[in-house]
Amino acid sequence: MAESNQTGGDPVAGLPEPEVVQRARFSPSLIWLVPLVAAISGMVMLAKAYRSAGPTITVSFQTAEGIEADKTEVRYKEVVIGKVRGVELSEDHSRVLVHVNLDKRSADFASEDARFWVVRPRVSVGGVSGLSTLFSGTYLGADLGTSNKEKTEFVGLETPPGVLRGSKGRSFTIRTDDLGSLDISSPVYFRRLQVGRVTGYRLDPDGNHVTLQLFVDSPYDRFVTASTRFWNASGIDVQLNASGLKVNTQSLATVVAGGVAFQSVDNASTAEAPEGALFDLHADVADAMKPPDGPQVDIRMRFDETLRGLSIGSPIDFRGVVIGTIKSMELEYEPKTQTFPANVTATVYPQRLGGIYEHIMLRDGTEADVGAVFQSLIDHGFRAQLRVGNLLTQQLYVAIAIVPRAKPAKFDPNSRPLEIPTAPGSLEEVQHQVADILAKLDKVPFDEIGTSLRDTLHNTNALMRRLDSELAPQAKQMLAAAQQALDSANRNLLAEDSPVQHGMAGTLEELRRASQSLRGLAEYLQRHPEALLRGKSADPPPAPAKQGDH
Amino acid sequence: MKPDASAHQLGLISCTACGELSRARPDAALGRCRRCGAILHPRKPHSIQRTWALLIASLILFIPANTLPVMRTGSIFGTVDHTIIGGVIDLWKSGSWDLSIIVFVASIAVPILKMLALGLLAATAQMRSGWRRLQRARLYRLVEAVGHWSMLDIFVVALLVALVQFGNLAQTRPEPGIIAFGAVVVLTMLASAGFDPRLIWDYDEKNG
Repeated sequence: MAESNQTGGDPVAGLPEPEVVQRARFSPSLIWLVPLVAAISGMVMLAKAYRSAGPTITVSFQTAEGIEADKTEVRYKEVVIGKVRGVELSEDHSRVLVHVNLDKRSADFASEDARFWVVRPRVSVGGVSGLSTLFSGTYLGADLGTSNKEKTEFVGLETPPGVLRGSKGRSFTIRTDDLGSLDISSPVYFRRLQVGRVTGYRLDPDGNHVTLQLFVDSPYDRFVTASTRFWNASGIDVQLNASGLKVNTQSLATVVAGGVAFQSVDNASTAEAPEGALFDLHADVADAMKPPDGPQVDIRMRFDETLRGLSIGSPIDFRGVVIGTIKSMELEYEPKTQTFPANVTATVYPQRLGGIYEHIMLRDGTEADVGAVFQSLIDHGFRAQLRVGNLLTQQLYVAIAIVPRAKPAKFDPNSRPLEIPTAPGSLEEVQHQVADILAKLDKVPFDEIGTSLRDTLHNTNALMRRLDSELAPQAKQMLAAAQQALDSANRNLLAEDSPVQHGMAGTLEELRRASQSLRGLAEYLQRHPEALLRGKSADPPPAPAKQGDH
Repeated sequence: MKPDASAHQLGLISCTACGELSRARPDAALGRCRRCGAILHPRKPHSIQRTWALLIASLILFIPANTLPVMRTGSIFGTVDHTIIGGVIDLWKSGSWDLSIIVFVASIAVPILKMLALGLLAATAQMRSGWRRLQRARLYRLVEAVGHWSMLDIFVVALLVALVQFGNLAQTRPEPGIIAFGAVVVLTMLASAGFDPRLIWDYDEKNG
C-alpha cells in the first residue's frame, strides 16, 4: 500500500477496468440443492436400514442359558431370520425377556401364532453340513404362524415343538422305559435311511415311562403300519450276561447321536398307522422282531441259597427258552429258622411257554389263566432252581425245571405275584452232599484211633524187645545143635564107605532078587492060573526060567 | 488510507488466477480479467451461503454415517455389523484404548469440531462480527489443514474390504454408513474450501 501511496493513485487509476461479460450464471440458491440431496439420500439410507431391520419382537423364556445378545441367531429351517439384540430380566424377575431383531424378509414371523423356542447346543454328527454346525451354539428356533395379526410379544416354548407347521408327514408316539441316548432331533431310520426325527419327549405323569414324539416325513410315513416295530438304534450296546458278551451297533452316526429305527414285522400289512399311534420302543432289533410276548405276569421265588451271580435282568429259563427276566431281588429275615431267604421277583411272559400255554388255553377254552399254567407245571414236578449259566463269569440264571424227588409244594394259582416253589440248585445240591460227607467224616474219632494205635505200637515194641533178648540166644544154640546133627547124619549115612550105605546096598540086592522071583511067579500064574489049584505042572520047566531071566 | 486496507476497500479486484489488479466497476457488473480472462470477483461469490449449504448437508449425512453400519464382517461364527462408535467402544473394551482414542478423534471428534468451527466462522462472517478475528483466521487454517485426516475410517474400510476375502471363512463388505461418512468428510472439505476467509476481515471499518 506504501507503493500505491507514492504513485499518488496513478497506478490505481491506470489499472484496466475488467472486461464486462454477460454470462448466464447459476442461481446462487442452487447450492441449496446439495443439502437437499444430502437430506434425501440420508433419509433413504436410514429408511432402508430401518426397513431392512424388520420388526423387533420380545420373547420370554424361563432361562436365558446360552443366549447371548448380538450373537444368538433365530432360525427357521436352519435359515437365519434374525438375531438376538438384547437379553434382560422381566420386571418381576420371574422370566427372561429376549429382544429379537427379525430380518425384513422374515417380518411375517411376528404374527400372532408364531412359536419360538431355544435349541441348546449339540454336536450334531447326524448331519454335518458345514463347519459352522459343529460350532453352532444355542439358537432360537422359530415356527411360522398362520395368522395375519401382528404381534411383538411372545412367550417362548420351553421344549421345541413337535413339527414345524406345514411339514408333510405324520407324528407317532413311542413309549419307552428310559430315554437312553435319544434327544430332540435324533434321527429315525427306516432300512438305515433317515426318514424322520425325534421331536420331543416327556416323562409320563406316573414316572414309569418316557413318551417320545417322532415325526416321520412324507412319503416314508406310509411305511409305518400297525405291525411296525420301533427299536432303539442308539450307540454301542455292550451286554455281558449269562448268554455271554454281545455288542450291537446300528451305524456310526447313531453311535454318537443316537436314533430310532423301525420296520414292519410282515410286509404284507399295508394298513397305515393313524396319526399319533402309540408304539413301544424295543431295546434292540432282535427284541423288536420277536413274536409278541403276550400278557406278562410277575412271579416271586424264594431261595434259601446265595444269589451271588444273579442280577437284575438275568433270564428265567424254561428248557432253554427265556420266558422272563429277573426284576428285583431282596433279602428277608426269618426269625424262626434264623435264615436269610431271598425273595426274587421276575417278569414272565407265559406265552413264551408255547405248547403248554396253548394246551391249557384250549382246555379251558378261555384266556389262559397264568396260574393254571403254572399249577400244571408245578404238579408235574417243575420247580424254580438257580443254575450256573456261565462257568467263566459265574452268572446265575433261574431255571424252571423238573426236579427229581421234589417235595410237594403249596401253590396258589390266584395270588399275585405268583409264588413259584423253589428247589435247591444243582450247585447247592452238590454242596449239600459234600457237606454231608464232611459231616460224617467229622464224626470219625480220629483222636481215639490215633491214641490206641500208638498204644498198640508201644506194646508191639516191648514184645519185640523181649523176643530179641530172650528167644534169640536159645535159637542160636538150637541152630548149632541142628548143624551138628546134620553133620553126623551126613557122615554116617551118605559117605560111600559108611556102614549104612554098605548095608543098604546088600538090602537092595536082596530086595531085587525077591522081586525078580515074585515076577516069575506072577508070569507063571498068568500063563497057568490053574496052578493055584493043581500046583505047578512038570512040562516044560525051562521056559519060565528063560523068561524070568529077561 | 489505513495501513491494513484491502484491495476491496480500495475499489480494486485481484484476479484469483493471475494476481492482476483491476478496478472494480462502479456498476458492480461481472468483469473478466484483461490479462488472463478469468472471471473477477472481489470475494468468493455467495461464500457464506455455499458454506452453510454444504455444512448443513454434511450435518444431515453425519446422522446415517454414525447410526448405520460402516462395515460387515462375516466369519464361520456369524456376521457382525460394525458402526463407527461401536468400533470405538469395542476397541476400548478390549483394552486397546490407544487405538480407540485415535479412531474416536479421527472419526468422531474431528468431524464434529470441524462442522462446529465452520458453523462458527460462517455465522460470524454473516453477522459481520469483528469478534476475535485473528483466532477465527487461525481456526480456519486449522480446519483446512485437518480436513483430510478424517478419511482414516474410509481408508481402514477400503483396506479391509480389499484384504479380508477368504470365502466362507471370513468376508468383509462395506455398508451404506461408510458412503455417508465419506460424503460428510468431502462435504466439510468443500464447505471449508467454499468459505472465503477474507470475509473475516471485511466490514472492519463499518463496525469499528
